[in-house]
Amino acid sequence: MTRLFLPRDAAALAVGAENVANAVQRASASAGQPIEIVRTGSRGMLWLEPLLEVERNGVRYGFGPLDVEDVSELVRLELFAAGSAKVFSHAKSLGPVEKIDYFAKQTRLTFSRCGVIDPISLEAYRATGGYAGLTRALALTPAAIVEEVTKSGLRGRGGAGFPTGIKWKTVLDAPSDQKYIVCNADEGDSGTFADRMLMEGDPFTLIEGMTIAGLAVGATRGYIYVRSEYPHAIATLKTAIAIARHNELLGPAIAGSAHAFDLEVRVGAGAYVCGEETALLESLEGKRGIVRAKPPLPAHIGLFGRPTVINNVLSLAAVPFILDKGAKAYADFGVGRSRGTTPFQIAGNIKRGGLFETAFGVTLGELVDEIGGGTATGRPVKAVQIGGPLGAYFPRALFDTPMDYEAFAAKEGLVGHGGLVVFDDSVNMARQAQFAFEFCAIESCGKCTPCRLGSTRGAETIAKVVAGEDREANLALVADLCQTMTFGSACALGGLTPYPVMSAIKHFPQDFDSQFPTPNSQA
Amino acid sequence: MLIKEIDYGTPASKSTKTVTLTIDGSTVTVPACTSIMRAAMELGTQIPKLCATDSIEAFGSCRLCLIEVEGRNGTPASCTTPVAEGIVVHTQSERLQKLRRGVMELYISDHPLDCLTCAANGDCELQDMAGAVGLRDVRYGYDGANHVFKKQNGAPNPDWMPKDESNPYFAYDASKCIVCNRCVRACEETQGTFALTIAGRGFDSRVSPGMSESFLDSECVSCGACVQACPTATLSEKSLIQIGQPEHSVVTTCAYCGVGCSFKAEMRGETVVRMVPYKDGKANRGHSCVKGRFAWGYATHKERQLKPMVREKITDPWRETTWEEAIGRVASEFTRIQGQFGRDSVGGITSSRCTNEETFLVQKLIRAGFGVNNVDTCARVCHSPTGYGLKTAFGTSAGTQDFDSVEDCDVMIVIGANPTDGHPVFASRMKKRLRQGAKLIVVDPRRIDMVRTPHIDADFHLPLTPGTNVAVLTAMAHVIVTEGLVNENFVKSRCDMDAFQEWAAFVSDPSRSPEAVAEYTGVEPEDIRGAARLYATGGNAAIYYGLGVTEHSQGSTTVLAIANLAMVTGNLGRPGVGVNPLRGQNNVQGSCDMGSFPHELSGYRHVSDDATRTMFEEMWGRPINPEPGLRIPNMLDAAVDGSFKAIYIQGEDILQSDPDTHHVAAGLAAMECVVVQDLFLNETANYAHVFLPGSTFLEKDGTFTNAERRIQLVRKVMSPRNGYGDWEITQLIANKLGLNWTYTHPGQVMDEIARLTPTFAGVSFAKLDELGSVQWPCNDANPEGSPVMHKTTFANGKGKFVLTEYVPTDERTGARYPLLLTTGRILSQYNVGAQTRRTDNVVWHQEDRLEINPHDAEQRGIKEGQWVRIASRAGETALRALVTDRVAPGVVYTTFHHPLTQANVITTDYSDWATNCPEYKVTAVQVAPTTGPTRYQEEYEAFAMKSREIQRVSTGAPSR
Repeated sequence: MTRLFLPRDAAALAVGAENVANAVQRASASAGQPIEIVRTGSRGMLWLEPLLEVERNGVRYGFGPLDVEDVSELVRLELFAAGSAKVFSHAKSLGPVEKIDYFAKQTRLTFSRCGVIDPISLEAYRATGGYAGLTRALALTPAAIVEEVTKSGLRGRGGAGFPTGIKWKTVLDAPSDQKYIVCNADEGDSGTFADRMLMEGDPFTLIEGMTIAGLAVGATRGYIYVRSEYPHAIATLKTAIAIARHNELLGPAIAGSAHAFDLEVRVGAGAYVCGEETALLESLEGKRGIVRAKPPLPAHIGLFGRPTVINNVLSLAAVPFILDKGAKAYADFGVGRSRGTTPFQIAGNIKRGGLFETAFGVTLGELVDEIGGGTATGRPVKAVQIGGPLGAYFPRALFDTPMDYEAFAAKEGLVGHGGLVVFDDSVNMARQAQFAFEFCAIESCGKCTPCRLGSTRGAETIAKVVAGEDREANLALVADLCQTMTFGSACALGGLTPYPVMSAIKHFPQDFDSQFPTPNSQA
Repeated sequence: MLIKEIDYGTPASKSTKTVTLTIDGSTVTVPACTSIMRAAMELGTQIPKLCATDSIEAFGSCRLCLIEVEGRNGTPASCTTPVAEGIVVHTQSERLQKLRRGVMELYISDHPLDCLTCAANGDCELQDMAGAVGLRDVRYGYDGANHVFKKQNGAPNPDWMPKDESNPYFAYDASKCIVCNRCVRACEETQGTFALTIAGRGFDSRVSPGMSESFLDSECVSCGACVQACPTATLSEKSLIQIGQPEHSVVTTCAYCGVGCSFKAEMRGETVVRMVPYKDGKANRGHSCVKGRFAWGYATHKERQLKPMVREKITDPWRETTWEEAIGRVASEFTRIQGQFGRDSVGGITSSRCTNEETFLVQKLIRAGFGVNNVDTCARVCHSPTGYGLKTAFGTSAGTQDFDSVEDCDVMIVIGANPTDGHPVFASRMKKRLRQGAKLIVVDPRRIDMVRTPHIDADFHLPLTPGTNVAVLTAMAHVIVTEGLVNENFVKSRCDMDAFQEWAAFVSDPSRSPEAVAEYTGVEPEDIRGAARLYATGGNAAIYYGLGVTEHSQGSTTVLAIANLAMVTGNLGRPGVGVNPLRGQNNVQGSCDMGSFPHELSGYRHVSDDATRTMFEEMWGRPINPEPGLRIPNMLDAAVDGSFKAIYIQGEDILQSDPDTHHVAAGLAAMECVVVQDLFLNETANYAHVFLPGSTFLEKDGTFTNAERRIQLVRKVMSPRNGYGDWEITQLIANKLGLNWTYTHPGQVMDEIARLTPTFAGVSFAKLDELGSVQWPCNDANPEGSPVMHKTTFANGKGKFVLTEYVPTDERTGARYPLLLTTGRILSQYNVGAQTRRTDNVVWHQEDRLEINPHDAEQRGIKEGQWVRIASRAGETALRALVTDRVAPGVVYTTFHHPLTQANVITTDYSDWATNCPEYKVTAVQVAPTTGPTRYQEEYEAFAMKSREIQRVSTGAPSR
């Protein structure tokens, strides 16, 4: 029986994957040729979705991006016939999926199963090395697990880049009757989708990673805080958690050990700031999502006042590999103090948008031009915003910057959660700077004054600049305001908003001068 | 001078470890976990701040208090950053100044510039900070988004909010709000009501009562904590808005409940601008409730009677007269009556609302002047069983702890008390501790607020049938003894072992098990067991109780049962534990201490004790009767019998507050001279022949003693509007009777009390002035007073276990009276309401209502808000129904704050076996729908109207 693979990932569904799946099923029924369609996560080559794969002699061949109308032609070309190669003559035939340049160039450690297996098949997960990390962790002391993670060089993938092992050690060393593991899955940065893809495409990796974290620090309860905009991820996680619990991989005695660990999915209510870890904890406790002062660190006083590991989805999902293959296997990738791989998400005005997992050190230019293939509009790239709405705008002049926490910091930017949003030359960067303030104004929790009031005043002042009103004085005021926000804000939302603002002013000064015609009017 | 307490910015650390650091070149050593802001303030360095104040936890939102720490990145907030050993902090630098100025520039860009006409002008932290950071310019201009202007660029401004003036005492002007969250946090942390929040986020953030309701419609209890916390004019007292900033302040003590909150009376001349809780007050620690904070307007209410009045008969209208005539009348009538009907035909009642000194003088007048011991006080009807029970068990008639003790408490039992309404400021302190994780057991027929309130959920609520306290508490003792939870060490070393063994055998009897008593207590046996185990094993366990314990036929037995529980578990003699009566009136503890009972001289010494009596006789130069005199009910009985003819009542309204109104009225009506000294023509005054206008606590010096035995100064802030302090009026009577008293200041009275009373030996106004307050016993052994009593030994040597046999009250339900009525109080009103009804507090409670369970209501066809007739074997009255499952089926409940209700028409003459404390808390009643007030209520109201008529000399026309 022929096995077909088609993503159930939200990005694929959004471009018609479900209709394609139904069409294939109908065709199989009417042709009387039974098939198996495995619904997988996405491979992350989003411009090829819906990407249908068919298995021939153990190799998976891709077709995409498919329309429902393509199905009858594929069937006519003997898609369902196990021995037939006719179908490869189809116009949308892509050849072996893993040979596609975009995929072949990646180093998939965290996303090794994403797009490959049925995400809610525990058997498939295990067959591909799943739970090997937990098995090893169960044989180690908590301190040894923490040591392994520390040695791997893993740093927080949410954006701050704090060493995960050190965070875990702090929680391990904090005495308490109860500790918690909290997974930050409130992925709200513009141009990012790696968390979602992983939760939809390989939820057991996250569950296993959190279970190992629980073992490592002595926590028996975990929460995954997922944004409400991710209904498919929420459903997939809940199903996977139920399966894990049924198979005693969660619960009072995980994998037959004396250790307890259980998990719960909590759904956010749409505030960007709840991706900030302390606001997330407040929200998780049922309170208004406003940031807490640090210290105390969540590692000391976190969820419900108890020591808490709060990590991003990608940080936790990297852990099973590290435990399974060893710290060195992970740390061997990367550059400088940025070890291992990270899934970059290439989005915006881009020809080949998608997820690209690779070792740190690849340059910005490689990702945008070579991997992404330049803009979708075909116009020149003017700016790339890296690290979400609070990340800096980099001009082409900075395309040689390696994707590495320190290298980006040196250029007044940040890697963040690894999201890239590409703009062509029709963008007005003054408008983008104003938008940065507006975004901050909409999403500010309202606690600290620099962010609460500064964001609104910033947007107003940039508007004055654009209108040519006291340009120099108002630009100076914006610079002062950015200082106040950078050093005065209580969290990264207000503290980082100056990045997009000041990078736009620094790299694209002509866009702030009303004497110059705006690029938009040019276009 | 205006008193300004130092604001350290963040609360004090309780750590015993210390940390030394350097701030701006000076070294300071502070407890670990202290904030850098507070450490700086210890050095006298005020780091700029707006969102921090030391009554609430650090929040870190204003970002003015940023500092630099050598070797650390960034500019951390000094309020949220704790000190660390050896760090070097700089509170001022060019960078910091620029940042702070940047923050202030943002603040002021969304704040009105109407400082000169603002209510907070001169007392505005925002103004102060603008000055402190050197703000010289707001470069953003005022044409952007704002909350300040009603109209912006000619169009309505959607961000502007109108003032909320719904609360009678304070206004909320959102246009001045800087969103520091201090009000929200004060409501949560200090008050524990959680009525306030911030609605919206970012620029839209605004303080919101409830779900964007008005303050009055929200859950707000008007405690004033938010107003006090506000650094701007956003939340301002209406009196402040009306009058202006005060110019001097005087620390004094609240005259409402037994918590004894310390207040600053902030004054302009002799006009009170506002009452602000005093942070250094040890009872309230800077917190207040709606009564003490705001409800002081009765002092200038138009119904306050300021001139003495006399009349021949109670059916005559009153005639205003001179002090000389009125005092002369009192003296001549008492002399005449004693001559005609015998020495014992007169007596008096001291007031639990007046000062210790005034109370002392009234009982001195009665004992030394009238030569009788016919003196009693309102404690007769509230906490007399406490005095009896605790004296029997421990040797002293008072609570064992200070209020601060609650901070060390792990398990609280609240029995027959409703702290959120009756003792709100202490309730807030209890709630704070409960939110920190202490466990709670509530024993009450009614689901009081404490059972379930924001972030608090009682571990056990034992909703017992009214009147079965003894059975429930003895069953708890049964569990403790039979399950081996006795604190053997404590019992062996501290208690009388013979009494203990007898008691242990008594409580162990199976007939006293939770299972055996379940049938008549109505409490699940497992709940009693669970509560007993928690109390015995949960760490520091304290019992807090109120009138639901004492106002029963077995009130004294219940107090003894409470004492037994504390002793058997060793919960005595250290912070966090103890037996804590929550006393009702401001000075009920003091009035008891001062010798107001007919059998006791001050300090609870029996009149039959020769040595004590000799002391007083020598000092007073008058003989003291060695026989106890009459209690209030006995005086009334004697009056009805014709042998008691005259009474001097200071600050007490027995007609409204004492049980069985018909009997009280008959007693008063039978007397020939009733002298009432009060602020208002109260209900008792309807039966009076002489009315002596009293003074308020604002108009005299003296002391009050609160529920924790704390003696605090009451300080005169204005001249008595009636002409005299109450103590002076009593002295006028005494001297008219030839006693030759020569007190020129109440401090001299305290000196006399100290000389005559061992537990007060070390008390003087000078010491109180110096220390703020002391808790008695205050003597050579404890020169600064005694926060916790019975530390190593009981006052009577060994603690005494007393058998507590449950004897059901004779007042029981039957076919005619199938429901049990119990009574209580509500937050906004105080006692008989004479004061609070004459303030804007009436907006919260305009009438007393009868709470009835939906089941009982439906059976009787009673609907919410409908008039119902409530009848007992003593009488009947009518009021409107409040249908609620807060009361169990079979139980009804009402308050007694309004005279029209006449709740005491239905209460009976049953009383505590030991002390005659009336059984207010259990009356068998029937309830039925009706159409309005009873005929009696209408007749009484008409009588009261007529009785209050005053014939004014100038016009000759009667008027009210």
